[in-house]
Formats: sequence, C-alpha cells, structure tokens
Amino acid sequence: MILAGNSLYRNIYGFFVGLLPDGLSWLGLVITGLILAFVFVNALMIFVAGVVYLERRVLGRFQSRLGPNRVGPFGALQPIADLLKMVFKEDVVPAAADKLVFAAAPIVMVVPALAMMAVIPYGKNTFVTDLNVGILFAIAITSVSSLGIFMAGWGSANRFATLGAMRGVAMLVSYEVPMLLSLVGVLLLGGTLSLVGVVDAQRIPFILLQPLGFLVFLIAATAEMNRAPFDIVEADSEIVAGYHTEYSGVKWGVFQLAEYGAMIVSAAVLVTVFLSGWQNPFVPQGWPQVLPSQLWFLLKVGLVLFLLIWVRATIPRLRIDQIMGFAWKILFPLALLNLVVTAVEVQLVPNPNTWQLWVLVAINLAVAVGAVVGFGAAFGRRRTNPTASVTLVSLQAEVVR
Amino acid sequence: MLDDYFRQYALLLILLGVATAMPIGLLLASRVAQTFGLRPYRPSPVKQETYECGVETVGGQWRHFNFRYYRYALLFLVFDVETVFIYPWAVHFKQLGLFALVEMFVFLGILALGWAYAWRKRALEWG
Repeated sequence: MILAGNSLYRNIYGFFVGLLPDGLSWLGLVITGLILAFVFVNALMIFVAGVVYLERRVLGRFQSRLGPNRVGPFGALQPIADLLKMVFKEDVVPAAADKLVFAAAPIVMVVPALAMMAVIPYGKNTFVTDLNVGILFAIAITSVSSLGIFMAGWGSANRFATLGAMRGVAMLVSYEVPMLLSLVGVLLLGGTLSLVGVVDAQRIPFILLQPLGFLVFLIAATAEMNRAPFDIVEADSEIVAGYHTEYSGVKWGVFQLAEYGAMIVSAAVLVTVFLSGWQNPFVPQGWPQVLPSQLWFLLKVGLVLFLLIWVRATIPRLRIDQIMGFAWKILFPLALLNLVVTAVEVQLVPNPNTWQLWVLVAINLAVAVGAVVGFGAAFGRRRTNPTASVTLVSLQAEVVR
Repeated sequence: MLDDYFRQYALLLILLGVATAMPIGLLLASRVAQTFGLRPYRPSPVKQETYECGVETVGGQWRHFNFRYYRYALLFLVFDVETVFIYPWAVHFKQLGLFALVEMFVFLGILALGWAYAWRKRALEWG
C-alpha cells in the first residue's frame, strides 16, 4: 500500500468514495486526481506570480533601485496587472511563421514544469504521487523543454530566434550530462529513485555528504532553466530575445510562466534531493515539531530561489564557448569524481553509524574543496590581457621617449 | 480494481492532462477575448514582417549553422546513454557488492578514456 502514506489522496478519496455508490470507486480516483492536479497546477501558477514579483523587488534592491512599487501595496499586485495586460494584448503572429508550431511551442515549454508538480513531496505525507522512478521522471520531463525552445525557434522563422534555439539546445544538452551524473551519488547513498523515499533516506541533508554533487547539480540546474549567468538562449545584448523574439501577448506570458515555473520546480527538486526536503533541519524526526513540514519545505525552496536571484544579480552572462567548455571540461569530470568517491565510500561503509557519517562528511567536504581548488588552479589561469600589455608597452615607449 | 502501483500512474496521467489543458485554456481564452473585441487584432503586412532590428530579412531563416552543434549532439548521445547503465547500478548498489563496483569502474574508465580522446581531438572546443 503505497498510497496509504499519501494523506492528501487518502482523505479526498475517502470522502468521495463515501459519497459514490459501490462499483464507482474508479470515479473517486479520477475526481481525486482532478482535484489534486487542479490545486497543484494552480498553486505553481500563483507561485510563479509571487516569484516574478519577488525577483523584481530583490533585483531592484541589488541594483539600488525600488523595483515595481505602484500597483497595490509595495507593488505586490504587479504580477496580476501584468497577467491582465498580457491576456488582453494583441497577439502578433509573423506572416512567415509556422503557425501550428509557433502556437504549440509555449505549451510544450510549460507542460514539463507543471507536470513536475506531481512527484515532489511538499511535506510529510503530502504529495500527488510517489512514483518509484520519481527522480528519473523529473529529469526526463525537464529535458522536454529543450524541444519547446527549438519549436519556438523553428516556428518563428526568425534568425535571432533560430540562433537562440540552436544555442539553447546545445547548452541544455551539454548540461544534461553533469546533472544526471551529479545525482548518482544521491542514488548510491539513498538507494532509491523515489523523491519521497529520498527524503526519508536523508538522516543528515545530502548536501553535507554530497557537497560536490550539490554544486554540480546547482550549476547544471541553473543552466537547464536558462537563468543568468547561463541565459545565452535569450541574451538580449546579442540576439534580441532569443527564441521568444517574435512572441507577444499571451504566448509570451506562457513562456514566462514556463521559465519561472521551471525555476521553482527545479529549486523544489534541489531541496528534496540535497536539503532533506520537508524535514526540519534543526529538530530530528520523531521529536515534537513546532512548524509543519510543509512550511519548512517552502522556507527551503524560498532560500534556494533567493540564491538563484542573487546569482543572477551578481554574475555577468558567460560567453557560449565558456559555457560549453565549463560543462564538458569542468562539471563533467567533477561529477565523475563525485560518483567514484561516493561509490567507494558506500562500498566501504554501507550502513554508517553516526560518527562514521560525520567522518564521511569531512572526507567529502575535503574532496569537494580540493577538487574545486584544483580545477580552479588548472583552468582559472589569468590569461595575459593583450590590450593591457599593448598599453603597457606603449606607455613604456612613452616613458623612454 | 487497479492496484496502488497503477493508481500512482493514473494520478500522474490526470495531472499531465490538467497541466496540458491549463496553458491551452489560457491561449484559447485569450483567443476568445479577441472574437469579442476585448483583445485588439489589427494585422498589417509591416507588423507581420519577421523582426530583424528594423531591416528587411533577406533570404530564409536557415543559414549555414556551424558543424560544432552536430559534434555536441554526438557527445551528448554518447554520455547520456551511459547513464542508462549507471542509474540502475546506483539504485541497487548496496545489493550488488564489490564485483559491480569494479565492473562499473572499468566502464567509467573506458568512458573517461573516450572523454579524454574527445578533448585531445579538440571536440570540446567551441569554435
């Protein structure tokens, strides 16, 4: 009985089965599914509105300006104003566009983000489904968004859009590999692919046991959601707006929904896999809890989202050759290293007791710091800046003269 | 009646359906708003031109694209398929024991060799 642990499902299903006549319990399943799906899909949309507002305000703070502050108290109704504007704005479709692909691209982009809501555990016994391949499902469905990007680029029949789409697919595909490999360490430790099970498997958050894996996953996930500093897909200083150059009105709005929705669900997966999900980080399980587990989950997701906004405000956009080189030359070997170290550790200490666990934490932290410092020393060499040396030479020439 | 395992997937399927219906509904609602005149629709040949910073687009969208995109696709294919083997191994690692560990290290070694070869052949360079 897997579903017995799902209190959301159990309660709603129990309610409807009590109402329905015998033999119609499958209808109870369908109704329960529809209610859960409706609630969670809409919850993500509302969260997107919140995060868009939050990002604009926080970015404003980072850049010493106010951000939106006109609509509602502190500008909090700005996302709703934006939504109304987008729905009632003219939807311009270029004459050269492939109409069907043009219209389908935003939908293909947004469905993966919404579908991910199914497998994430939001709290103790609070989830829609507990797939036994949850992590695999989450990764598989996020990569569908690269198809959406390419459809947008193709359908627009615009060179900027096509260029953005080509770049986007190349980047997404490259960061897929380190992302997949960085999760293998978690699988080795947890021994499960279920996102619900991986929370239970975390006696201490896996970020401590997998610092390197966490780092690789965080960077790869940032790239997968096309966020700064990896936003070459829509680099406005280079290719106008990338794949959504030709989009306007409600279709553009759906693209924004997809982008921020993917950001939120990726943060949720990150929290579930590495930050012990809905567990209280200070009070161990089984002890009396003050705050509900759902609140802890939201707090952690909020923290990760803030980190992502912070990164966006701090790090400038990378060049495409730097991005591709980083994925294949640095993240890929780091992920492999993490895999090998973790596999050896799990082989040596399959069921660590508490002090063994902390020894492993120390070893893994040392490996992570060593690897990052080592790779930094190997690749981070400061190249001699040609213009600077030319200036120096000419300055010396001036001095001699 | 279906057992729990299939019910999980039934719930997922229902959520997928709702997740697909929502954005389509949003687009359709906006389209319906257009028929009622709530949303403007004034197409003109100039407005529907392909955008290119104010100049007319000459030729189609498909120019020559660099070969390197294909190279990255190949690399992705090689290294992504490998995870098909790594994932089941990782999940059941504790039951499989030392033999599987050695086997996997041999596999990863071959993989790393291929990766080093690709680097040596400058397949990882952009440009």
